[in-house]
Order: sequence, then structure tokens, then C-alpha cells
Amino acid sequence: MGQTLYDKLWNSHVVHTEDDGTALLYIDRHLVHEVTSPQAYEGLKIAGRKPWRVSSVVATADHNTPTNDWHLGIAGITDPISRLQIETLDANMREYGAKVYFPFLDKRQGIVHVIGPENGATLPGMTVVCGDSHTSTHGAFACLAHGIGTSEVEHVLATQCLVQKKMQNMRVTIDGTLGRGVTAKDVVLAIIGRIGTAGGTGCAIEFAGSGIRGLSMEGRMTVCNMAIEAGARAGLVAVDETTIEYLKGRPFSPSGVEWEQAVAYWRTLVSDADAKFDREVTLRAEEIVPQVTWGTSPEMVMGIDGAVPDPDREKDAVRREGMERALAYMGLKPRTPIQDIRIDKVFIGSCTNSRIEDLRAAAAVAKGRRVAATIKVAMVVPGSGLVKAQAEKEGLDRIFREAGFDWREPGCSMCLAMNADRLEPGERCASTSNRNFEGRQGAGGRTHLVSPAMAAAAAVAGHFVDVRKLG
Amino acid sequence: MEKFSLLNGLVAPMDRANVDTDAIIPKQFLKSIKRTGYGPNLFDAWRYTDHGEPGMDHSKRPKNPDFVLNQARYQGAQILLARKNFGCGSSREHAPWALMDDGFRCVIAPSFADIFFNNSAKNGLLLVVLSEADIDRLFYDVASFPGFRLIVDLEKQTVSTTDASRVHHFDIDTFRKYCLLNGLDEIGLTLRHADKIRAFENQRTMQFPWYTR
Repeated sequence: MGQTLYDKLWNSHVVHTEDDGTALLYIDRHLVHEVTSPQAYEGLKIAGRKPWRVSSVVATADHNTPTNDWHLGIAGITDPISRLQIETLDANMREYGAKVYFPFLDKRQGIVHVIGPENGATLPGMTVVCGDSHTSTHGAFACLAHGIGTSEVEHVLATQCLVQKKMQNMRVTIDGTLGRGVTAKDVVLAIIGRIGTAGGTGCAIEFAGSGIRGLSMEGRMTVCNMAIEAGARAGLVAVDETTIEYLKGRPFSPSGVEWEQAVAYWRTLVSDADAKFDREVTLRAEEIVPQVTWGTSPEMVMGIDGAVPDPDREKDAVRREGMERALAYMGLKPRTPIQDIRIDKVFIGSCTNSRIEDLRAAAAVAKGRRVAATIKVAMVVPGSGLVKAQAEKEGLDRIFREAGFDWREPGCSMCLAMNADRLEPGERCASTSNRNFEGRQGAGGRTHLVSPAMAAAAAVAGHFVDVRKLG
Repeated sequence: MEKFSLLNGLVAPMDRANVDTDAIIPKQFLKSIKRTGYGPNLFDAWRYTDHGEPGMDHSKRPKNPDFVLNQARYQGAQILLARKNFGCGSSREHAPWALMDDGFRCVIAPSFADIFFNNSAKNGLLLVVLSEADIDRLFYDVASFPGFRLIVDLEKQTVSTTDASRVHHFDIDTFRKYCLLNGLDEIGLTLRHADKIRAFENQRTMQFPWYTR
């Protein structure tokens, strides 16, 4: 019987298997950031252990870093606890080392899930882990990538392995062609709307079909990024020409003869035609419209032409209570048209949507328009220093500034509001990030997840609008 | 890691689905570089009526009287009864750290998010999966009988009422069970296979040198 892409990646990394199927999985790439690593390095030190293979570690500071006033340097981080966390990473890197470390203020610094791929540190066929759930992003490159906890970070540092049970195989197929103005973000939100936030629990989800193959690597990363929002630790897309083209010439991509050898191997990283999946879900690309979340879970999502649902029509009691609680938190009334929801802030950024293609899509909408007077702040936070430099080379920063957007320095920023960028209680935000949980973007803040183009359109209109109708 | 064998504990209910790790421990508390001290901030946004930040004296903050864990009858609870997909969202291990720091040793739910599930096991927090019907019944019991306790026996893989009138069996991987029962350091266990890991690594480096450079 044929193997799935996940089967192949799993089988090529098993070092040892216990009787109950628990396996030791070899880890090729370990991405490290300042929030989930300090306790791991401390644990290593207390036990008197050394990192197994320092060359696996690619590190950066992203969660706590400010997105303005970089000329002030580390002194610009006014929160002493945030600063200590960044300084602790600096110290750990000095003591233990890494393949490469992009510290705060480095021109290649950025969100860990942006810098890995753009530097060619994420390659097909790898296992990739990071103490961050959105590590699923890297699966866009046909590598087995998932988020781990801090104990696992320490375990990988000390042993280069992860203790794992094999997951189930799930395939989500998007066939057809996406409509104009419909993006990877809308695809993944529509998938989550269909299967729910636990729909992929216990599974690795392979995203397949012509609708996925038609996406750029940036788009595929957006889809895989939110696999975790569907409950799946890992998302995957098979290798094709788009993958190979993207990786060519990246700083850590193989070169010369090795490039040819690598590409030959990478081309095998697809699910076999006769591979069996435990679960299959299919969506038509043409049926997907721009999506907007209305609640406090990514599965609470609706097309732009829809309305806030009515809990009275929900039969399941636990679900109904969840909806009522979400609407109360979000300050929304049932049956309100999505396009009538007015917003206070706009956030374009995060590991979901901060790559160059995302900024181009947002800039295309912003060009020649103005952010509505009712919007308190509309910020654009590039995913990395390299993305920022590219955007500035293309003049996107000028388009954003002229339209009234804030153009910021790279980082995680208001996706989780660990730095100074956040929502105040009751503020409503059109956000290109990945989680609309209660308090995620600031205590009492209300998050609506959308694509970059939809966020820019909402900034201009002051409320949600159908980006397809902007012209 | 703390050992887990037998627990006779007071049960507290958390009657909502999809409780995410942002709710369990809000991000402002992730700035700590320690593993301890998160207990007072467990469910911080629900637990208090003000906004919490690290460094505050949490004992002096105004508590939300409507929040279930603030009720007198659930003080000292060691078992949390929850709904489906508990622990979804962020990979922060601070979530199980906060639950344990607040005294919980076991969470019972119809399902858990994958990363939270692994993180909990590594800290000696036992997660028990029971059927929706059993969970419904337990929610009824907790609401109806103040002081309702359950006995969780990891060796026998059972959750039972104190009068043994109901006994629910649960599944757990034998390896995970072994580690929990013995409070084993997983890194130490893995390093018993150091030779195998090294051999695997050498083979991989020969075959695909670009991965391990």
C-alpha cells in the first residue's frame, strides 16, 4: 500500500519505537524564541547537560520585541520583564550557541515562522519543532513541523529527539480556482469553519488539490499556519515546482551538486496515489468567499455576505451557550450583517499574514485610499527585517503611510500583545492574525480574523466590506 | 516530574467547551523565566474583575464572585472537570504549570488538544478522557453534591466515585503511564538510546548532509 507524505516523513525520522508505538523521532531543525526557551535552558543547566547538536538551532527574539522606536535599542523595551526575557535568550545563545541567531535589532530578525523559510533553514523532508504552536506553518514545505511545549524544547535540546506517537492521516482537498479577492486566509478559515477547531485533533492534515497547488509558498504557509486552529499539530503540502523554486538560492538552502541531490529527494515528498487517509474532507474553491470571524474561536466564522448567527437556532446546549458567551464578549447582536460591524483598530501582521505577498495584497487595496477617520490605529507589521526591506524596496511602505497606516518594525506584535501593541477593553479589531480568543489581543479586546486584503478594506471603510466589490 | 499514582480529590467544574490556553494563563504572565508561581493567575481574566499584570499582589485583587473556581465549595479542588477540546490554542506549557501550581493534579474531559495533552503528561498532570455521556453525568454530580470527590487510580486506569457506585475506565499509553507512575525524567530515559540516536544521525548526515549541517 502507498504511503502518505506524513507516513514518509515519519518513517524517515524514527530512531526507536517502544512496544506501545511511542517513538523517538529525530529532529533536524529546532527553532527557538525567547518566551518558551528560558525554562528549557535552565533545565539543561540544572541537569548538567549540553545541547546535542547546536547546528540544529535557529533562534530569534520575536514575541516581546517592540515594533517602534528601535533607535532606542534594548532600552526601548520599557517593560523590565520583557527585557529580561530577551536578555535571557541573548545569554543562552552566548553560552550554548546556535546555527544562527537573529537577535533583537538584527536586520534579519523577525517572526520565527517567517525567518526559517525565508533563510532556507526550513527544508522539505525535515522535522521542524519550535516551542510555538504555529510551527505547523513550516509544513508548507513538506516537512513534518509542529509546536512543542517547554519540556519538549529541553528534551530536543538534550537528545535531538522528540517522544511521539504517530498521528492519523487527514487530507483536506480544495479543488478548483479561487475567486478574485479570495486568499489563502479565506481558504483556511473556511476549512476551520467546516471541520471545527477540534476537527483535526490527533491528525496531521495534508492540504491538497488544485486550489492549494495554485497558492504561492506564502499562501501555503498561511494555510498550514492555521492547521493548529483546526486542532492539527501539523499541516502539510506536498513538494512541487513552487516549493523548489522558492528555495533556490536561499542562504541555508543546499547548493551545487547537493542542490541537485536534494531536489531529487524532495520530489519524492508527495503522498503516493494509492495512499490511504484516515479522514478526507473536500471543499470547492469557487464556493469560498472572503471570511470574517464573529466569535471567540476561529471556527466561529462567516462569509462576508453573511450575518452573525442566532444562538436560538442552535440545538446543542453546550454550543448554544458557547455562542451566547461569544456574542456577549464580542458585543454583537444575532443576525447583524457582517458588513455592518464597525471596527476601531486594524492589525496587518503575524506569522499567519506578514509575508511580502500579504503586504502586497493589503497595499493594493490601500493604494490611493485613506484609512477611515473612525479608525484609531491601523498598523502594518512586517514579518521580518527582510520582508520589511523588500516591501520598502517596492514602495509599499509609502503606500501604507500615505493611506494613513502605521508602518512598524517586525515582530509578533498585536497577534498576542506581549509587547506594547494591544487592544484596550471593548476595542474591536480587524486582524490578519490567527486567534480570536478572549483577551488574545489585549484584555477585553474583540478580534475579527480576516485576510490582509479584507483588513485593509475594513481600515478604509471603517467597517467590514467585501474586498471583491472595491474594484 | 511529579509522580502520579492515586488521587482522592475534590472536583471543580469548568462547564464550557474549547477552553484555550490563552484563557488558562493569559500571555502577560508568559514573560516569567520560571516554571513556578503561575497558580494565582490561572484563568486570570475570568478569576478577577480587574486586569492582572505580573508583579501584582494577586491576593489583594478583586475576585469575580461569579467565576466558578472562586466559589467556596471548590476551594482546594484537585480535579478539574471540563468539556471538549480543553487546552486548545497556544503551545505554552505555562498552562499545565498554572493548573498544577493552583493545586490541580488531574483534568477530566471528553477530549484535549494535542500539544496541551503532551505538555501535561511531562509535568505529572494527568489528563483523563471519558465519554460525553459520562462527563455529562459527572457535571450533574458536581453541581448536585457539594464536596463531590472522585478517586483517580492511574495503576488501575479508573475514575470512581468515593462510594465506588460508579467506576469509569480510561485509556492511557503504557509508556506515558509508566513515566507518570514513576515520575521519570523523560530526557534520562531517552538518553539510554544515545548510541542509537548517534548512529541515526551519522547515517542521516551521510545520506542528506544538508539537514544536519
